[in-house]
Amino acid sequence: MSSRRIFARPARFAAIAPYVWMVLFFLVPFAFVLKISLSQTAIAQPPYEPVFDLTAGWDALKAAFAALSVDNFKLLVSDDIYVFAYVRSLTVALTATSLLLLIGYPIAYGMARLPQRWQAVAMVLVIVPFWTSFLIRIYAWINILQHDGLLNQVLLALHLVSQPVVWLSTDTAMYIGIVYSYLPFMILPLYATLAKMEPALEEAAADLGAPPWQVFWLVTFPLSLPGVGAGVLLCFIPIVGEFVIPDLLAGSNALMIGQTLWLEFFTNKDWPVASAAAIVLLVVLLVPLLLYERLQKRQLERGR
Amino acid sequence: MAEELPGAKVAAEPAGGDASPAAGQPLLRIEGVAKTFGTFRAVDGVSLDIKAGEFFALLGPSGCGKTTLLRMLAGFEAPDEGRILLGGKDIAQALPHERPINMMFQNYALFPHLSVRDNIAFGLKRARMPRADIATRVAEMVALVKLEGLEKRKPDQLSGGQRQRVALARALARRPQLLLLDEPLAALDKKLRENTQAELMELQRRLGMTFIIVTHDQEEAMTMADRIGVMKSGKLAQVASPRELYEAPRSRWIAEFVGDINLFDGESKLRDGHRLVIGTPDAGALVVAEPREAVGTGKLAVAIRPEKVKLSRRGPVNEAGRETAINTLDGVIADICYLGGTTTYKVKLDTGGMLQASVANSARLDVDAYSLNQHVVAWFTPDDCVVLQS
Repeated sequence: MSSRRIFARPARFAAIAPYVWMVLFFLVPFAFVLKISLSQTAIAQPPYEPVFDLTAGWDALKAAFAALSVDNFKLLVSDDIYVFAYVRSLTVALTATSLLLLIGYPIAYGMARLPQRWQAVAMVLVIVPFWTSFLIRIYAWINILQHDGLLNQVLLALHLVSQPVVWLSTDTAMYIGIVYSYLPFMILPLYATLAKMEPALEEAAADLGAPPWQVFWLVTFPLSLPGVGAGVLLCFIPIVGEFVIPDLLAGSNALMIGQTLWLEFFTNKDWPVASAAAIVLLVVLLVPLLLYERLQKRQLERGR
Repeated sequence: MAEELPGAKVAAEPAGGDASPAAGQPLLRIEGVAKTFGTFRAVDGVSLDIKAGEFFALLGPSGCGKTTLLRMLAGFEAPDEGRILLGGKDIAQALPHERPINMMFQNYALFPHLSVRDNIAFGLKRARMPRADIATRVAEMVALVKLEGLEKRKPDQLSGGQRQRVALARALARRPQLLLLDEPLAALDKKLRENTQAELMELQRRLGMTFIIVTHDQEEAMTMADRIGVMKSGKLAQVASPRELYEAPRSRWIAEFVGDINLFDGESKLRDGHRLVIGTPDAGALVVAEPREAVGTGKLAVAIRPEKVKLSRRGPVNEAGRETAINTLDGVIADICYLGGTTTYKVKLDTGGMLQASVANSARLDVDAYSLNQHVVAWFTPDDCVVLQS
């Protein structure tokens, strides 16, 4: 009976599908991680205690609950290593996202103003790097940036430098890698908003006496803000937790939180601290997300 | 390139009027303007003079080049050939923001992120008008288009008619020398459209501004404009007053495009003073007044507007008139279309053709109505006919 109703009303099923997904693949794993973050590290299998054993009876379960503590979170706040890692992650993400916006906006704008058939071509060109594995592309950058790599060869050949520049294991290399990898995520949402913008709006602004730069700042840019917001979030959030690019291209003196997580988890085998770090990261990343949502809601309300 | 632009002056002091042309000179002169997109010649050598204070309509089917011509006046397209003189200065290559011309866009193109007030003030701020003056002008414009109380609304909080008013107020706020209107009423429903037409005409007369409206709706053009330019395939087919356009169309195409018309192909048979007899296979010999412009002796067409055709149960009583002039055609009613104010009858002529007659329903009771298959006589005078080159 109930299953027949679900099939009779596919819309209702579609409406609950995202919630089922969220519970199964986000909330349940999150509960596991939260529990581990409140545990203590132990030389055992699994490497933490207490362990909830549902077969051990009610008293054992109560004792396990009592053994949970927030010590790991206190450690995160008190130890400079973690605070620095968070600050560095946010700084890197902020800088990289700003660079991405500066580079991505003109590209997206140019794409949106191309003749229709060229827009499709440009779109493919933006997406085509995804055809190659992400890791291989980062290794290619190592090749380009290394001591006798392509970049130094070109610079030397053009007599722009007299001896090879150290690129690899610097922040510059890391930013090159991040901007290169995330550019499509910035361009695509920007392009989507700019392409559907009515061209008559820019013409109306020009008609009313606005020179081209004013047309851009007073009309085009404000109207593309939803795309800017989406692009910024799509880049900023994963960059904060980025692990591979800083690990392969940046130096090892300043770690991002993703690298710290990796160290705690795999090198130190300290699952509880790693879990606590992950939870804090999640909370930090919720802030821009909630801000964006509030902004969008306000825009929707204004639209009514 | 353009020399000194009138726009620069007007942008600083948008009160207008300072660049008015010398007496007798048209405000706007379009000289041999052409525009080609790829291989398509959208506008093909158009020349036109528009006087200050005139309400001019560009009328034509879609794709005839009327919008392209308007966009060249606004500066969104640069003509490939020709000159556009505004107050004697060539503005053909000037950028849109440098022209003392404003445009009301087809879908209004209101800035969705700005309030009604900021939409109207947009052009004034660009002209660096002092704040206090902007406030005064905006209030004036809001009152002009009757939008009081809605100043803080965003465009998507307005009805279609209100949006249309904001667009008009925004375009008028800078007091342009020339206002361009691109299908300004196309998005409104019929009743609102008719009211707005009357308001636009009233406004134009009161402000003494020059309006150029682009429309594909011939009724709209006829109602509002002082003069109409009919465009076809990038060329101006005829420029005339609404009455002249309707009563004396220059070509068969215009006659059919503007209003309903009966057309009978035929050949000139004989000339009798100021009368011409044209033999048509569908309606027999028709006596018509000699056209002002001489027509050849080859293939001609006789055109009669449906409302010029009279119907009666028997022929007209004036026997003398009938002998000398009046065209009478016998037939039966084949179709009746009741339209409220008028009824359109389709008459199947005994000679084979079809004739449309539009009869005013001057009485409430259907005493003078005809019924289907009823035998009638259709008649019209030679002066009601237009002779066109076929």
